[in-house]
Amino acid sequence: MARLAAGRKEADMNAFLFTTKLDLTYLLGRKAKNAEELRTLIAEVPAMSVYYHTHHFLYQHNYLSPEPPNDFAFWATNVLNDDALGEQLASIDIIQFVSIDEIRARFLEILDGHNSSAERVVEAPRGEEFHFMSCQTFAFPTSYSASSLREFREQLERVSVNSLYFHMFDARLRLKAGMNDFSLWFQDNGYPSLAEAVRKLDPYTYTLEGLRRAIIKLVESHDKN
Amino acid sequence: MIRIEDYAGVVGRGMVEELFLLARHLRGKTIQNINSTSVGGGVAEILTRMIPLLKQIGVDARWDVIKGNERFFVVTKKFHNALHGVPVEISDDEFDLFLDVNRQNAADMNFGDMVFVHDPQPIGLIEKRGIVGGQWVWRCHIDFSHPDRKVWEFLEGYVTRYDAAVFSAPAFARPLPINQVLISPSIDPLSEKNRDLPEKSVSEVFERFGIDRSRPVVSQISRFDYLKDPVGVIKAYRIARRRVDCQLVLAGGGATDDPEGPAIMEQVQTEAAKDKDIHVVFLPPSSDFEINALQRGSTVVLQKSLREGFGLTVAEALWKGRPVIASAVGGIPLQIAHKYSGILTHSIEGTAHWIKQLINEPAYARKLGENGREHIKNNFLITRHIKDYLLLFLSTLRKGEIVYLDQ
Repeated sequence: MARLAAGRKEADMNAFLFTTKLDLTYLLGRKAKNAEELRTLIAEVPAMSVYYHTHHFLYQHNYLSPEPPNDFAFWATNVLNDDALGEQLASIDIIQFVSIDEIRARFLEILDGHNSSAERVVEAPRGEEFHFMSCQTFAFPTSYSASSLREFREQLERVSVNSLYFHMFDARLRLKAGMNDFSLWFQDNGYPSLAEAVRKLDPYTYTLEGLRRAIIKLVESHDKN
Repeated sequence: MIRIEDYAGVVGRGMVEELFLLARHLRGKTIQNINSTSVGGGVAEILTRMIPLLKQIGVDARWDVIKGNERFFVVTKKFHNALHGVPVEISDDEFDLFLDVNRQNAADMNFGDMVFVHDPQPIGLIEKRGIVGGQWVWRCHIDFSHPDRKVWEFLEGYVTRYDAAVFSAPAFARPLPINQVLISPSIDPLSEKNRDLPEKSVSEVFERFGIDRSRPVVSQISRFDYLKDPVGVIKAYRIARRRVDCQLVLAGGGATDDPEGPAIMEQVQTEAAKDKDIHVVFLPPSSDFEINALQRGSTVVLQKSLREGFGLTVAEALWKGRPVIASAVGGIPLQIAHKYSGILTHSIEGTAHWIKQLINEPAYARKLGENGREHIKNNFLITRHIKDYLLLFLSTLRKGEIVYLDQ
């Protein structure tokens, strides 16, 4: 059970300022029509494009549970009709990686294995090629802040899912913090076990609203005030 | 008047607050939208709703419409069809007329700090950029996947002079030296066309048009346009009708910049005259209430387009929780995940097959409609669209993968 660090009062907690973010989606004008071209282009596109295609489903289909996997897996399964490749690409455990380049390397490894053993090249029908995209992120502070676990819980209920997304996904992978922002704040303010509990969540297996509820529940269980 | 705050009840307070926060960073900039018609068609409809909302969050948004004569709109309709891949002949005189009208409009117009040009009709206004400066973005609302080469080569010379081009679907992107942005259009959940309606109002509209609500109703509510394939809809209905009892409603209007509408309408009426269960309803531009009711009261909604920029009618029907069967063209696959939030088809026979399935399996049809509504709520409402436009305008001013905006 997490407790305040020895001699520490809640009033001493640094304020957590909720930031939010919004993305503008770019079209790269590059497309793949088979698994070989997909491999070539995944290796070439900017890291932001790999991030986009492994994360935006969380936004677009956040009402579906379980959520569809990453875009590459969805395309391999539903357009190339390659269930085996689709399953391999879908099963990549993104939470285990701490950088986008590591994620990219894992996709390339799977595609190399597939392409070297594939008996034939399956082409996507015309008009259903894989179109590479990317995004530009605009991050900005919200009016919500918290100086105690109770306030944190209340504000987390109010912020948009964009803010939740920024602190849980962008902070960890794109800002290279290696850890989500909430865990960092809990840790810095004397709640190491709460920090660890939130860090151990696999956010990729929740809908965004489900993730919000899971974090609030964890904070409640650690907040004795 | 609808207030931006009213949308908090639909998308949440946090989302609306973010629009206000973003808009602060565009203070002092004039954003000017320019298109070719003030009524009819998706572009005019979106701008009619969006401009007042942009103003409410503090953005100095304006809207100008270029002037053109009948000949100009015949030429631009040819452009429209050619960009959709329909073979057409366009003479050098017609290209010259197109540019003359654009130049005349450019001479008469005052330009803002950011100029947002919609569709090909006013694209030539970019020639004025050298004199007036500012940021210029071209917004393409039409299906751009298989454009006629000659027309595209003509337009490309203008497109590449903009800061960015905006498309509605990934398949419309092409190798270009400028940034290409994906922005889907949207519907307004609080508008007359999409707001909740009491059951009594829905029934009243069906009675007025002589449609029997006690039997299944299959509808396509869309402009009478060759590319919406109303004749294909009738054929699909006739195949389905052999196995299930249903009626067909084809309802729609035309836009002032569409000279082909009346001819298509006549063709549809000739076909419909052979069957008393086919209801053809011509709707004038002020028919949002009727469209709302017809969509809500339909058992299945179709959008069997041959080409489609986006297909806002799909979003409208899904928002009302209706099961939708639509062609996998343009932006429609963005709105429908096949078998999850609707049905995507590629043929008349496929459309007929799914009409029968959805009429015979109402529980599955209901689930498709529920998922579809949720998908539209998350991705295709006007608040998301406003957000994208604000980001687009900011992107012309701020570069970098992650941009931090101060409070």
